[in-house]
Amino acid sequence: MTTGELVCPAGTPAALRTAVDAGADSIYCGFQNATNARNFPGLNFTPQELGKAVQYAHEKGAKVLLALNTYPPEGKFGLWREAADLGADLDVDAYIVADMGVAAYVADNHPDKRLHLSVQAAAASPDAIRYYVREFGVRRVVLPRILTIPEIREIKQEIPCEIETFIFGNHGLMVEGRCSLTNYATGLSTNMDGVCSPAHLVEYRRDAEGGMATRLGPFTIDRFGPDESAGYPTICKGRFCNSEHPEGYYAFEEPISLNLSRLLPELMDAGVNAFKIEGRQRSRAYVKKVVAAFRAAVDDIRDGLEPALSDLAALTEGQKQTEGAYKTKKWR
Amino acid sequence: MTPTAPENSATTDQRVPFRLADVPVPLLPLQPILYRIVRRIARMHPEVFDRLGAHQRTDFVIDLTDLPLALHLRPNPRALVFRAVRKDRLPPHKAHIAGDVLMLLRMLDAEIDGDAIFFSRDLLISGDTEAVVTLRNALDDVEGSIAEDVADMFGAPGRLALRRLRALAENSE
Repeated sequence: MTTGELVCPAGTPAALRTAVDAGADSIYCGFQNATNARNFPGLNFTPQELGKAVQYAHEKGAKVLLALNTYPPEGKFGLWREAADLGADLDVDAYIVADMGVAAYVADNHPDKRLHLSVQAAAASPDAIRYYVREFGVRRVVLPRILTIPEIREIKQEIPCEIETFIFGNHGLMVEGRCSLTNYATGLSTNMDGVCSPAHLVEYRRDAEGGMATRLGPFTIDRFGPDESAGYPTICKGRFCNSEHPEGYYAFEEPISLNLSRLLPELMDAGVNAFKIEGRQRSRAYVKKVVAAFRAAVDDIRDGLEPALSDLAALTEGQKQTEGAYKTKKWR
Repeated sequence: MTPTAPENSATTDQRVPFRLADVPVPLLPLQPILYRIVRRIARMHPEVFDRLGAHQRTDFVIDLTDLPLALHLRPNPRALVFRAVRKDRLPPHKAHIAGDVLMLLRMLDAEIDGDAIFFSRDLLISGDTEAVVTLRNALDDVEGSIAEDVADMFGAPGRLALRRLRALAENSE
């Protein structure tokens, strides 16, 4: 079993080729619909594009993982079934799924394909993970970002499948599959429609002093001063006022990105098989820089060298980084 | 005794610093060049329009913050609009993007990340966020260099100008 497989994001065919060329071992991506959790405008793949992308990746020795990691609403399961079948026709290497129905469909109809359990499924205990392995033949679990490295090490000893952890990127609510903040504010579901903070409901308003307010639907979720770094327009990164904090405070998480580059050796030693870079909504420039940086770091560790860690601060949200719960449960 | 102010200091203090963005330029000669540019990009990268979807009909204004003009873009392949406009006479538009020319060129060529320059507040957007996100994603799927494609249209002088712009961008980091 290999360790340190680099799992990289691609929101477009060009980003996928960039990730492959920068050293990705595998690339995850999705179709242009609600079957994946980054259903953003102008993003993702048509079936024709995915077919060409899989061919490109395979020629270069990389794998393609198809994200089907949303939850089908009642009466709409056909879209997920069709996406799974298309994925098999296009020769993807694995499916990333969250919903049990989708997992069962893939296990029954495409048993030769690997199943990876999405972070959206929020399986964080050995019992839950073993259930998915036993019932659906899941080969890998993507752990939610709520576990310390000692906890990951313990889980690894108790489960019969691979572990994938996030190492870089967005650090919002760490149990994404259970987040309903967007639903509350907009009526659209991150977990079923695939869009956290849908862009058509986001508005940035500038004031005369150079400040900026971020609005999601009818709610102002943050205000930034003229020289203050901004963050994503998500409620989990919003600043809110109450009687205890009349000046406003970050109730859930501040604009900040996860960066575990310094913890890679410990994660590999704990038995983590694959490292995931978040950011299918990000640009080719991001993909190229982040993938190349982690490719070099993982290769150094495998060669017994001290990893050379690139400075990725400029690409982080709010231009701030954290090791989150991986380092300590008290990261805030 | 009050120290004597240096000669001309009052004049110096009141002088408005020179900004290229404040210099009026004739826009008419630019229009055919801009139209040629957008036609060429459209011919070379027709897939961009599929990703734009309904936003082919959206009017974008791109405010070049270090130049005395803005650009008006309507990326409709059947009736492309790409023209220079005065900042005090912007056409009706749904989406507004603002940043300096070099930064926008580098974002177009995937040298810098759009989200990163948004976080740092170097890129400002307002109006229809979905339109801006869609345009960004569509352009990011264009491989190769749009800036080089444009420079090639003008032969050796175009390529030289691009090299100088890029050198300027590197020196400004």
